[in-house]
Amino acid sequence: MGRTRENPEVHAGSMADIAFLLLIFFLVTTTIETDMGLDRKLPPDIDTPVIDLYERNVLRIILNKNDELLVEDEVVPITKLKQVAINFLDNGGGLKEGAVSCTYCMGDRNPESSDNPQKAIISLNSDRNATYGTYVEVQDQISAAYNALRERESQRLFNKSFSSMEDLYYAPETSEASKAVLKDQIEEIRSMFPMKLSEAEIQHSNQL
Amino acid sequence: MATFKNQTRHVPAISTASLPDIVFMLLFFFMTVTTMKDTDLFVENQLPSASEVSKLDKKDRVIQIYVGKPKAELLSRYGTEPLIQVGEKIVQMDALRTYLLEEISKRPEELRNYLTVSLKADKEVKVGIVTDIKKELQQLNLLKINYTSIEDPS
Repeated sequence: MGRTRENPEVHAGSMADIAFLLLIFFLVTTTIETDMGLDRKLPPDIDTPVIDLYERNVLRIILNKNDELLVEDEVVPITKLKQVAINFLDNGGGLKEGAVSCTYCMGDRNPESSDNPQKAIISLNSDRNATYGTYVEVQDQISAAYNALRERESQRLFNKSFSSMEDLYYAPETSEASKAVLKDQIEEIRSMFPMKLSEAEIQHSNQL
Repeated sequence: MATFKNQTRHVPAISTASLPDIVFMLLFFFMTVTTMKDTDLFVENQLPSASEVSKLDKKDRVIQIYVGKPKAELLSRYGTEPLIQVGEKIVQMDALRTYLLEEISKRPEELRNYLTVSLKADKEVKVGIVTDIKKELQQLNLLKINYTSIEDPS
């Protein structure tokens, strides 16, 4: 009896609760580190038939072994590539039955450049001795051009940012109904500026 | 005996009831600060930076390929040419296909059409080796790739 009076035991019953509280706090706040990167889709390994293209619908980008960038045979710094690509994609110079074929393009409507974004192809040719870091930078700039144009159209049509729409679409908590709506909207924007990036050899021909 | 009685009266036992909780707390602490390191790298892996990146989640459908020069301590063994590392081993270009086929067969059947290859290439390697890997992937019909890079907010 004397002992308990001298040293009252610390109440340990709530210790477990505190520990659980901490556990739950960390569980909620911890995010698992994920890798980031540029997604690309390779063409399937089949012999594709030869497709004839108008030269004006192709933007030729060459990355040479000294990591220099040539766009249509002119040296362009990598930081300028985004703007060059936007100008090319957004040109909308093509005519269909007397009217412009791309109503939403805001470019120069230069008849020497691409007809419309659906026809515009970016051809990237990189030397085997180019540095991978520069190659990814070029890919990044091209993505940036497409994203900027998609963003613009998404703001104009739906008053929403394209990247937030995509994030929402892939988020698991989004309901099926709103996913269906988002899917249509995302596909509409994507079809306005479809990403057509070719890394295949494109031959010159005199017939066109 | 009298001395014993005196001793027990003055030095009471410390309560150990809270000890498990302290241990649990420590456990949780380490659980939260630990990051899983799945592979030991044999190659340099300075990823390039890009701003338009997207997340690469769903680890179960990702195959990782590392490309880079051998680490400094392995230079004498492997030379200075860039190497391909998959899983825990260094492979040559011709053995890459075998590894990838193995890797595909390990994945559950319903995921096999959704596999993504994460290309973790050092930014100093040449494009040529990456192009060769991409050709291999094309032949195996692994068409979704991801140039894994560090997010650069600029």
